[in-house]
Amino acid sequence: MTAVTTNIPPRDYRLSEENAQKAFDRGLASAEWYHTDVDRKTMKALMKRSDGPAIRDTVIWLGFLAASGAGVIALWGSWWVLPFVLVYGVLYGSACDARWHECGHGTAFKTAWMNDAVYQFASFLVMRNPVTWRWSHARHHTDTVIVGRDAEIAVMRPPDLLKVVLNFFGIFDVWYSLKALLLNAVGKLQEHELSFVPEAEHGKAVTAARVHIVIYAATIVAAIAMGSWLPLILIGGPRMYGCWHMLMTGLLQHGGLADNVTDHRLNSRTVLMNPVSRFIYWNMNYHVEHHMFPMVPFHALPQLHEMIKHDLPAANPSIWHGYREMIPAFLRQLRNEDYYVRRALPPTAKPYREDLHEI
Amino acid sequence: MSDWINICATDDIEEEDVIRFDHGARSFAIYHSPEGEFFATDGLCTHEQVHLADGLVMDHIIECPKHNGQFNYKTGQATRLPACDHLGTYPVRVEGGRVQIQLTE
Repeated sequence: MTAVTTNIPPRDYRLSEENAQKAFDRGLASAEWYHTDVDRKTMKALMKRSDGPAIRDTVIWLGFLAASGAGVIALWGSWWVLPFVLVYGVLYGSACDARWHECGHGTAFKTAWMNDAVYQFASFLVMRNPVTWRWSHARHHTDTVIVGRDAEIAVMRPPDLLKVVLNFFGIFDVWYSLKALLLNAVGKLQEHELSFVPEAEHGKAVTAARVHIVIYAATIVAAIAMGSWLPLILIGGPRMYGCWHMLMTGLLQHGGLADNVTDHRLNSRTVLMNPVSRFIYWNMNYHVEHHMFPMVPFHALPQLHEMIKHDLPAANPSIWHGYREMIPAFLRQLRNEDYYVRRALPPTAKPYREDLHEI
Repeated sequence: MSDWINICATDDIEEEDVIRFDHGARSFAIYHSPEGEFFATDGLCTHEQVHLADGLVMDHIIECPKHNGQFNYKTGQATRLPACDHLGTYPVRVEGGRVQIQLTE
């Protein structure tokens, strides 16, 4: 691993026409990205769709979600409710993100309606408009961590570390999510949403936001009528008290790494982690592999990793190791926002794409 | 004026698969359906100009490798977002074991 400092002007993350033009002028927007060579026959086998793994995982997920939710209701008012709240919270407020993500790609299940059903449900849990965020994520894959183009850069430079810490409790995310849903529900899309959501989709975005808002409003009314926090602990609340695992794993995806590059090996991180976290995160810890080949379903990513790791920087061996790499980088970026972590490639790898890095 | 242009041998494309075919400045995707028929569409996704030949063929659907937009390659119709605009389709025939595409100048 080496530390890299460059002389890039201060970053402007707004998705404005001016910033988009800059990214296009630099060859960074809608660019052709580096891919590790994988022969067609192998890639076809990896991309092959199957309902089995996702049905199995979804039954386990929803089963434990329902069981822990039932435990919360049954033990409400007693201290014994706490472990059930913790489990329910993570299954609701963290596992939802990976389900939203994989089903949004349409790769989790072979059957389209299953992807769509879980996508809609998970979008509600994670408080994202299923229409606007589908387009936002398409942009994230087109222009991954390209400043002024990517709407899903979790930690901008210089990093706002207070915001990062508070987001482990959903403080900012929930505020911005509800604000976006409320605006969408009254028929208004925000400027950045207008930059990537086609006009033909605006009506669908408004309808989806209204459905979400009605359910949240009903939950609040129920809480007031019952004189209890229970409805909010079960609906909406887990997006705050249970999202810590989503943040813990999600920050590692790109945190502290390069921006404005066209090689996912430079801006994405693969982290090996325990099986429980991999279940919650649906294997998105193989993040370089996912960005390089978004057609490969979550259950085939470990196999893909084994096939192409000769061409990637070594995976971080644990979440802890990833944080030991990322946090010092965030701290360095407070003083110098051009700093990023550049991991060494193995001798078997092709060199990083350098042509567009020095802007 | 239109002309039939050789693409490849019939066994150069596996069933339920696709290859890329470039001709002049244009790029095409050539498909071999599970029923053994051949089809041709524009080679680039209408959403973000990605080569569809790197994507996944499932029955009569081609899925874009970048954003998972889908098209029916027999009709060119966009069937899954973020693909909205349809693909152009082109006549294809097999002559003497060779797959050929008809292009209009």
